[in-house]
Amino acid sequence: VCTHRVRSCSSIRFIKSKYVCVFDKSALKFSHQQRLFRTSAVSCGQIVQFKLSDIGEGITEVTVKEWYIKEGDSVSQFDSICEVLSDKASVTITSRYDGIIRKLHYNLDEIAYVGKPLVDIEIDASKGVAPEEDVVETPPMSHEEHTHQEIKGHKTLATPAVRRLAMENNIKLSEVVGTGKDNRILKEDILNYLAKQTGAILPPSPKAEIIPPSPKSETVPAALKDKAHKIPLLVSRPIVFSGKDKTEPITGFQKAMVKTMSVALKIPHFGYCDEIDLTQLVQLREELKPLAQVRGVKLSFTPFFIKAASLGLLQYPILNASLDESCQNVTYKASHNIGVAMDTEQGLIVPNVKNVQVRSVFEIASELNRLQSLGSAGQLGTNDLTGGTFTLSNIGTLGGTYTKPVILPPEVAIGALGKIQVLPRFNGKGEVYKAQIMNVSWSADHRIIDGATMARFSNLWKSYLENPASMLLDLK
Amino acid sequence: MVLQSSLKNCLQLSCILRTPKAGFRHTTSGGLIIQSVSNDVYENLAVEDWIHDHMNLENRQVLFLWRNSPAVVIGRHQNPWQECNLKLLRQKNIKLARRRSGGGTVYHDLGNINLTFFTNRKKYERMENLKLVVKALKALRPWLDVHVTDRYDILLDRQYKISGTAAKLGRTTAYHHCTLLCNADKFVLSSVLKSPYKGIKSNATPSVPASVKNLFEEDPSLTCEMLLDAIAEEYATQHQVDHHVTLINPADETLLPGINNKTKELRTWEWVYGKTPKFSVNTCFNMVYKDSVLDVKVGMDVKHGRIEVCNINLPDQWLPPALCSELVKSLTGSKFCPNETTTLATTLLRVCPQDDELHSRWNLLCENMVMLM
Repeated sequence: VCTHRVRSCSSIRFIKSKYVCVFDKSALKFSHQQRLFRTSAVSCGQIVQFKLSDIGEGITEVTVKEWYIKEGDSVSQFDSICEVLSDKASVTITSRYDGIIRKLHYNLDEIAYVGKPLVDIEIDASKGVAPEEDVVETPPMSHEEHTHQEIKGHKTLATPAVRRLAMENNIKLSEVVGTGKDNRILKEDILNYLAKQTGAILPPSPKAEIIPPSPKSETVPAALKDKAHKIPLLVSRPIVFSGKDKTEPITGFQKAMVKTMSVALKIPHFGYCDEIDLTQLVQLREELKPLAQVRGVKLSFTPFFIKAASLGLLQYPILNASLDESCQNVTYKASHNIGVAMDTEQGLIVPNVKNVQVRSVFEIASELNRLQSLGSAGQLGTNDLTGGTFTLSNIGTLGGTYTKPVILPPEVAIGALGKIQVLPRFNGKGEVYKAQIMNVSWSADHRIIDGATMARFSNLWKSYLENPASMLLDLK
Repeated sequence: MVLQSSLKNCLQLSCILRTPKAGFRHTTSGGLIIQSVSNDVYENLAVEDWIHDHMNLENRQVLFLWRNSPAVVIGRHQNPWQECNLKLLRQKNIKLARRRSGGGTVYHDLGNINLTFFTNRKKYERMENLKLVVKALKALRPWLDVHVTDRYDILLDRQYKISGTAAKLGRTTAYHHCTLLCNADKFVLSSVLKSPYKGIKSNATPSVPASVKNLFEEDPSLTCEMLLDAIAEEYATQHQVDHHVTLINPADETLLPGINNKTKELRTWEWVYGKTPKFSVNTCFNMVYKDSVLDVKVGMDVKHGRIEVCNINLPDQWLPPALCSELVKSLTGSKFCPNETTTLATTLLRVCPQDDELHSRWNLLCENMVMLM
C-alpha cells in the first residue's frame, strides 16, 4: 500500500486530496522535482504506443520537423509533442495522454506514417487509457466533476491543480484567458481573474508560478478555508516560489565585450567631473535646428560636444593618443575619430565620426544621422566601428548626472555626459536665473595623462560650450 | 458590402470566444468575414495565431482578409538564407517573417492579398477554398483563365502562378491560407526571392520557384479592393451569411487578449532566424588585398541560427594564428548574423595589437565573413 501511494504521488498532478494530507511536504517535493528525476523513477505504468492520427485529405506520410519533447519528459494531455510537415501543411501533434515519454519512433526529417506509432508514452496504470477520439472531451468523473471544466469543443487547457483552484473559487475556466504555453490557464491567470473580481492587489511576480501547498496541509480550521472563497488566496497561504535560475553561455558580441572590459580595467582610471552651463548653447541650437532641417539633417547637441572636444584635442593631443601594450611608446593619433556610444538592442556599440578635426558642426551632424540610422537598423559596417581615438558617451539621454565611464582600449580617454537639467544658478550680477546644466564625467589613463592635463582640457571644452561664440575663433 | 465599425465587431468576436454554442442558435452555418486594418505582417500573422488558438470553430468558419507592406514570408521549416536575398531585404527595409504554416517562401506587398480560411479540423478542405477563390474571380471577370492545380496553386493562363497555399493544423482547428497576386512589384519579388548564398546544405523545406503574373496585367481595371470584395461575396454566399466584412485592429488587446504577446514573439530573432533547421555552410571566396588575391575557405554549422562549429582557412600567416583562433572562438556560439559578427569582430580589434596593417586585414576578412550571412 505504501509503495502504491509513493507511486501515485510521483506520477503527475492528479493528486487526490485525501492522500495528500499524509505526504504534503513530500508530495510538493516530488511534484517539484519530478521533471529532474523522472527517468530514475521506477516505472510501473503501462506503455502505450501513441499512433500518428489521420491528418486528413488522404495523407499517409509526413515528415517530422521538430520535436517539442524528448525521452523522459512528462507530458499532459493536449501538450504539443511534435510538428510534422505534409505538403505545405504544418501539423501540430498533441498528446492524447498524460504520462512520460519513453520512446520517440522517429528522428528529425524522417518520414512518419499515419496509423503507425509516433511515440511511446508510459501512463499511470490506475488512470486507464483516454479514448481514441480526441475531438470531443470525455465526460468528467463524478468525484472530480469540476476538474474537467470544459465546454464541449472549446479548449481550456489547465493542470488539475489550476482546475481545483478555479473550482474552489467558483470560476469558470472558460471565463479566464490563459497566458501560459498553448494558452494554457496558469494559476496566475486565475489569481488575476480573482483580483479583478475582488479588487485586491496581487504582489508583483510576473513570472513566478505560485504553488499553494495542498489544502489539507494547513492546520487552519475550516472557517478560514471558507474565507478563502472571498479573499484572494495569497492572503491566507504561504507562498512557494518555484522560479528557477537560468544559466546561459556568454556568446558572440557579449563575449567580445567581456574581453574588452577586462583589458580596460587594467588601465588606471583617473576621473574628473564638472558642471557645464549650456544655457547659451541651448538657445543657439534652437536657432540652428531649422536651418539644419532645411538641409535634411537633424541637429542635436552631440555635434557641438564632438566639435568642441576636437578643438580641445588640438591643444591637448595626449588625450587622442594610444599607449602600446608594453607601455613603452605613446602614439599621438593625427585624426580625431570621435566615437559616440549608442545603445542598441544588442548592447553598447561605438561607431565613430572620422576626422572631426576637418569637419564642420553641420557635417558632423549629418554623419551622426547616418551612423544613427545604420545603428538602429543593425547595419553598421566595420569601417564605422573601428579606428576610434576618443569617445563621448551620452548616457544623459537615459538619465543620470555623474558617472564613471570606462575607457575603451586602445584609447586613453572617455567622456560621459549626464542629462541636461534646469537648475537655478547665479549670474555675474548675483541674480538667480534659470540655467541649463549638464554634468560631464571624464576618465583618463593615468599612466600617461595627469590630472592637470585632464582639467585643462575639460575647462577648455567647457568654455567652448558655455560660450559658443568662442568656438568661432578657433574653428578650423 | 457593408463595413461594420470596430465597436460592433468587438461584441461579435468576444461573443464568439465566450458564449457556448447555445447562444448562437439564431445564426445559421456561421461564416464570419474579417479584414485587418493593419499592414504589418507580424500583427497579421499574430491574428491568425490568435484565431487558431482562441476561437471556437465547432460551428462557425472564418475568412480573414489581409494585406502587408513589403515583406518576405518564409514557411515554418524553411531556411531564410536559402530562400531569399537577406542583404537586399535589409537594404530595402523589407521585413522578414516566419509563419507557422508549412509551404514555401512568398513576397508580400500591398499589391498582394492574403486569404485565410479557418475551420475546425474536420472541415479542413483546401481544394474547396481555392475553388471558391476561382469562382469569385470568374464571377468578376468571366473570361479569366484561372484554375487550381493539384499542388494547390492557382494558375493564370495555364502557366503563371498567381496564388500559393500553405496550411496549419492544430488539435481541433485548422487554417488554410493563400496569396493572390493582384498588382505586386514583380521586379522586387524576383530579386528578393533569389538567394545569393552559396554552399548551404540543409534539410529545410525548399521552395519551388515559379513564374508569376499579376492579375492586373491581364486586366488593368482590377484592384485589390475588387478582388477582396468578390471573394468575400462568394464566401458569404457559400456560407449563407450576409456580406458583412468586420474590420479588426490587430493591436487591440481588449478585442484579442494576448495578441500583443503573439506579435512580439513573431518579431523575435529567435523565431524568425532561430527556428531555422540545422544547416551547414561550406564555401570559399576571394579577397583582394593590395596586390594579391587570397583564397579563403569557410565552413560553418549553424543550429538554431547560431554558429555551432566554425572553420576558417586562410593563407598561412596572413593573420596571426592566435588572432584567427580568437575570431573562430568568438564566432562559435554567436548568432549567424551580420550585425552580431561585425560588432563582435570590431570589439575584438580593440584588444589586438594596434597595427594598421593588421587592422585592415582583419576588417577585410570580417567584411567577407559578413557577406555570407
